[in-house]
Amino acid sequence: MFAYIVKRIAVAIPTLLILIIISFLLMHAAPGGPFTSEKKYPAQVLANLNEKYGLDQPLWKQMATYVWNIVRHFDFGPSFVYKDRTVNEVIAQGFPVTLVYGSISFVVATIVGIALGAVAALKQNTWVDYLAVGISIGAQVLPSFVIAPILVLVFTLWLGWLPGGGWEHGEVRYVIMPVIALSTAYMASIARITRSSMLEVLTSNHIRTARAKGLPEWKVILRHTLKPAMLPVVSYLGPAFVTMITGSVVVDMYFSTGGIGRSFVDAALNRDYSVMMGVTILVGALTIFFNLVVDILYAWIDPKIRY
Amino acid sequence: MNRRLLLSTVLVAALAGPVFAANPQPGETLSDNRSYTFRELDAIKTLDPGLNADVEGSDVLRALFEGLYNEDSDGNLVPGVATSYDLSDDKTTYTFHLRPEAKWSNGDPVTAQDFVYAWQRLADPALASEYAWYLELGQIVNAAEVTAGKVKPDQLGVKAVDDHTFEVKLIAPLPYFPKLVTNASLFPVHKATIDKFGADWTKPGNLVSNGAYVLKDHILGEKIVMERNKNYWDDAHTFMDTVTGVTINDENAGLTRFLAGEVDRTDVPAGQYPQLKEKYPDMATSTPYSCSYTYVINLTDKGNKALQDVRVRKALSYAVDRDIIVNNVLQGGQKPAYNWTHWAVNGFKMPDIDYSHWTQAERNDKAKALLAEAGYGPDKPLTIQLNYNTSEAHQKIASAIAQMWKQTLGVDLVLNNLEWKVHTDRMQSQDFEMARYAWCGDYNEASTYLDLLASYSGNNNGKYSNPDYDKLMKDAKTAADPNADYTKAEEILATDMPIIPIYHYAKVDMIQPDIKGLPQNNVQQSWYAKDIYRVAK
Repeated sequence: MFAYIVKRIAVAIPTLLILIIISFLLMHAAPGGPFTSEKKYPAQVLANLNEKYGLDQPLWKQMATYVWNIVRHFDFGPSFVYKDRTVNEVIAQGFPVTLVYGSISFVVATIVGIALGAVAALKQNTWVDYLAVGISIGAQVLPSFVIAPILVLVFTLWLGWLPGGGWEHGEVRYVIMPVIALSTAYMASIARITRSSMLEVLTSNHIRTARAKGLPEWKVILRHTLKPAMLPVVSYLGPAFVTMITGSVVVDMYFSTGGIGRSFVDAALNRDYSVMMGVTILVGALTIFFNLVVDILYAWIDPKIRY
Repeated sequence: MNRRLLLSTVLVAALAGPVFAANPQPGETLSDNRSYTFRELDAIKTLDPGLNADVEGSDVLRALFEGLYNEDSDGNLVPGVATSYDLSDDKTTYTFHLRPEAKWSNGDPVTAQDFVYAWQRLADPALASEYAWYLELGQIVNAAEVTAGKVKPDQLGVKAVDDHTFEVKLIAPLPYFPKLVTNASLFPVHKATIDKFGADWTKPGNLVSNGAYVLKDHILGEKIVMERNKNYWDDAHTFMDTVTGVTINDENAGLTRFLAGEVDRTDVPAGQYPQLKEKYPDMATSTPYSCSYTYVINLTDKGNKALQDVRVRKALSYAVDRDIIVNNVLQGGQKPAYNWTHWAVNGFKMPDIDYSHWTQAERNDKAKALLAEAGYGPDKPLTIQLNYNTSEAHQKIASAIAQMWKQTLGVDLVLNNLEWKVHTDRMQSQDFEMARYAWCGDYNEASTYLDLLASYSGNNNGKYSNPDYDKLMKDAKTAADPNADYTKAEEILATDMPIIPIYHYAKVDMIQPDIKGLPQNNVQQSWYAKDIYRVAK
């Protein structure tokens, strides 16, 4: 197991490096640059800008300098667009925000989703099942960009209970709507995966054996059904967790949370090369890490899996 | 001998008291709520006046900093840090007299040296400011040479004669030079703070500013909070204690939060003005905004050959029913455009453009005749590619125009929706046939539009070139009354039709009815937080 983890970490480094190279090339291949503006600046002004940000260097050299600064100083460079900030500052400000509402959303989506899916599976083809399936399908077809405006309309404009946006260092009433908007669709997916996976496990031989040897029903469900049924759920949760804690463009934009989710889109549209790279590396590194966590969980859930 | 020139507005201001600050009218009682919150489309990119290049940054910088002059509600110049200026007989040396009571937020006096430092810094290639060209536009001695690194920044034509006298030398007379100094890039900056904190000098806690407000908080994508600067020289006439900008990307979200009372001002989503005006007549406003919307035609060999023919360009322009665009598509008080310069620009006399008087039926007839004359018709159909950047409004306008051209002229317009940077890049490298383009005035004078179509302009994306036009624009720089030249230049444009003007912008907003002091008739839409006040309901 330990050797397996070491091996996976060793593979992660070249993976990240390839990610950096491909992203870097793709980004520079896109037409326009950070200083492309409807007011075309004089050649001299552009030359000064390119020199200041190192864009006058050959691409391979820019990339080498970039990687070297990360390795040596953990310095992701200055933002090309938000000129008062470095990429480290942009991430340090935005990532905690999405980490908070993303983690809460994750917990909410997981607990509600699994509960909903499990209940539906256990009461298959009863009104409970239909209701649970109905809720999760309804939630699935309501993407966050539809939910967010409805939430604001109801809770801010009509009821006046919650502020329509802002973050205020994570004060509870500012967190509620982002969490609902983000978690709904994930909750629905988790419920559906849990339901179908449980139905499959419930009909398997070892459940019949467990029941036959007279185990109490709660033990059959918790220990022998739910745990193996979690295998497909966990493989979904790993990447979902990364997506959630790195935020959602819709949530960040609609609720003015100041999270990192919008930086992805903003940086791409603004051609803010350095922020784009920073966020890509962050998401890449987290994805690699949580895929590893998922693999380790597999081994714990399913005794048949050995590394 | 120097001749002292006092602007008439300066006199009025001196006589009538501080009309330039928050100044309730008789009968108005002030509210206890002394905070103002406005919607921002995007996060503020920088709070460094030398590095700022966009409109929203300028809005905030006008609250934090103060330049030589400000603008009043109608766009006229009113004193800021400077109280008056002298202009030399050869009209190339401006001497600004600074008010001795002006202070930085840390209590230091604002001096002429602060302006010298800020302007030299703006030109300095080491800062690499996108707005370095603004000094060149102002014809300041050595501006281009400093930016090119040919001479040191201290060679720039600016000088502190003494602590409160700031002198600017121009290469040639420029009648509208004083109008340029309201731009945020020419605001003073505090050298000691920049020396101490380096790139971090604009962070909350570090930033020392000389405007009516100081920076309290600045969170990317969430908000910027500014608090009253007790050291501001006119603090006695400032009303709002807190001014907050909230980043709300979505216009509809902005509207919901406005209606919930969270923001005092927000933009009206496209097409919703008529309904909102009817439902909230005291909140929905539409005021002229100095930007013009056009389709630029590529006149180089990389463009569409047919569009090289002026008859085709005219036919296309005539066949655009601009009334439909403004009344049915935009519906926000925009005006149809038959010329390039925004109609409300200060001092600009609208040219007498022939086709602006015709009925649309007359224009259509003329358009058909011109296109036939150019040899296009059913047996030789014309197809044109139009590039525009992603936006619902651009899409709607393009579809409407495509339909007009198809119906009236049988011309096929192919719509190419491009991402903003791709669109701009293609336009600037003449990789297009026809492209949507809008320009917003940098200052309140017609040359900010018309200079663009001079053959030597870097922003002349269609590469239009007419020596007569160039000459008019060059003459206008030194003419006693440049507006006569501007009107003639517009007439040349109507004859050559290098661009198809479509409409002149309006700023369409929802403003809480108790908020006063926002500009009513300033086409630049420059607003000053110090002028805003709230009346009791």
